[in-house]
Amino acid sequence: MAETVLETVNLTMRFGGVTACDNVDFSLKARELRCLIGPNGAGKTTFFKCLTGLLTPTEGQVIMRGEETTNWDTHVIASEGVGIKTQVPNVLDGVSVQENIWLAARRFCSSADASRKTEEVIDRLSLSTIATSEVGRLAHGERQRVELGIVAAGDPWLVLLDEPAAGMTSDDVEQMIEIIHDMTKTAAVIIVEHDMQFIRSVATEVTVFHQGRILMEDHVDTVMSDPTVRNVYLGKKA
Amino acid sequence: MREITLQRFAIALVIAGIVMTLLPLMVGTYTLTLLLVYGMLAMSLGLIWGFGGILCFGQAAFFGLGAYAYAIAAINFGESTVPMIIAVLVPAAFAAVLGGMMFYGRLGDVYLGVITLVVTLIFFKFMNSTAGPEYVIGTARLGGFNGIPGYQTLNVPGLPEQYIYGDSLYYVTFIALFVVYWLVNWVLQSPFGRVAVAIRENEQRASLMGYDIRARKTVLFAVGGAIAGLAGAFYANWAEIVTPGLFSLGQSAEIIIWCIVGGLGTRLGPILGAAGLAYLKFKLGQQMLIDNAVITGIILVLFVLFLPKGLVPAIEKIWRLSVGRKRGRRPARSRRGRAASHG
Repeated sequence: MAETVLETVNLTMRFGGVTACDNVDFSLKARELRCLIGPNGAGKTTFFKCLTGLLTPTEGQVIMRGEETTNWDTHVIASEGVGIKTQVPNVLDGVSVQENIWLAARRFCSSADASRKTEEVIDRLSLSTIATSEVGRLAHGERQRVELGIVAAGDPWLVLLDEPAAGMTSDDVEQMIEIIHDMTKTAAVIIVEHDMQFIRSVATEVTVFHQGRILMEDHVDTVMSDPTVRNVYLGKKA
Repeated sequence: MREITLQRFAIALVIAGIVMTLLPLMVGTYTLTLLLVYGMLAMSLGLIWGFGGILCFGQAAFFGLGAYAYAIAAINFGESTVPMIIAVLVPAAFAAVLGGMMFYGRLGDVYLGVITLVVTLIFFKFMNSTAGPEYVIGTARLGGFNGIPGYQTLNVPGLPEQYIYGDSLYYVTFIALFVVYWLVNWVLQSPFGRVAVAIRENEQRASLMGYDIRARKTVLFAVGGAIAGLAGAFYANWAEIVTPGLFSLGQSAEIIIWCIVGGLGTRLGPILGAAGLAYLKFKLGQQMLIDNAVITGIILVLFVLFLPKGLVPAIEKIWRLSVGRKRGRRPARSRRGRAASHG
């Protein structure tokens, strides 16, 4: 049985009087791919930010590979081998695609190894045609792929992706699905996503958030046909 | 970013040698030394602002601190070698402490600018109020608004009687600027420098890559402080007096203007901007018709409106366009194989 690599215990995040995450107990096994879904304001991104250290939870614990990381800074969590892609493409606009990926790889190895890793990632993600381009000049889909390249360059054991398919063309999405499946060979992956078609293509297990709590966790088909989920998420009456 | 190669270094050395020899034929070495000092000072801000994204309104604080540290140490030691080292270390240590407090305190850019400006003003006010005999460090009196005159100026290391002044001071300052320029180049080519650029581009992404941005910004800030301190030490040797005016608001503002006009994010731009504007100010100071601050202000406005990236990027762009046009006439084969190397 695969080991649990990520766990949250009673994770709570309050902003003044608003409870964005309410006693969330969540666990993820090694090389598992899990999608987090839910309507706007359900608490998915807040939960994601608590995992990545971008927010410090009000209460509860985040445990990664048996170690509590609740109050760790983002850079410490990232340097432990957690690859993070945020909601909006978060890349280094003023430098080349190569430099973006090299810098991500360099955190974990020597300069020479980082250069080798950069070439490997560029090949794997089909970025060779834009490798020397300034990232700020690229199209949205290309920037999303560059950010995935940054995530992949660190050889992470846990990948956290916030809306990776947002604003992408269908061709880009197909390529993105391949890349994500490739990642699951070595890493556990959490995807926060709205695009149901994308979720069906990429995931088997889905966690549904609603009003800061986990409403349901099950296979994607079961979740999609569940009347409560349809009610809260798709806005349909059961 | 282009790599430093031995060939490139040799070419730069030859060009620097020619420039160093030719400049005194056009401008006096006394003026040139000051222009070089200002160039070094501008390079310190160019490094932390242009490549690290840290807009420091108080670079004059480190400059003044370096000058004062040199003067005080020179009076106490009676020679210049150790004071030169102290003049670098004191501002670097102060910048490290100040930077650490600001970056670990997660201050935003605006607050950072305000704090660095206020620190400079505190130095200015404090140094102005140190006229009393109780303000003494070792045997050096701080001297209040009159400053500190009459200290040992630069000498050959180990030979306090062998002064380096006049033309010799110009050559030493030029060589120091060249060495610092290449050290800055080396820092920027190193992984540390490349991460600094990453932080400038996107702090959150650099953090998500696993880099501790607070520690790196603190180190970069201290390096900038050290370079400004060295410039201050050379200034103290040139002026042979240090006064609280070194910490003035005008001085702080000028450094920022030099960087903007010369070209932020370039290595040569701040040096050229500082030398050009300081020389212009020197020339304008010889007439009574118009205040030189007005001219500096007009130049800044014109640059912001028409050359917002500064002089050096504009020259680079014109150069690239003209070279590109020439290459465009050549057969395609000659353009191949010029893909940027990486690593």
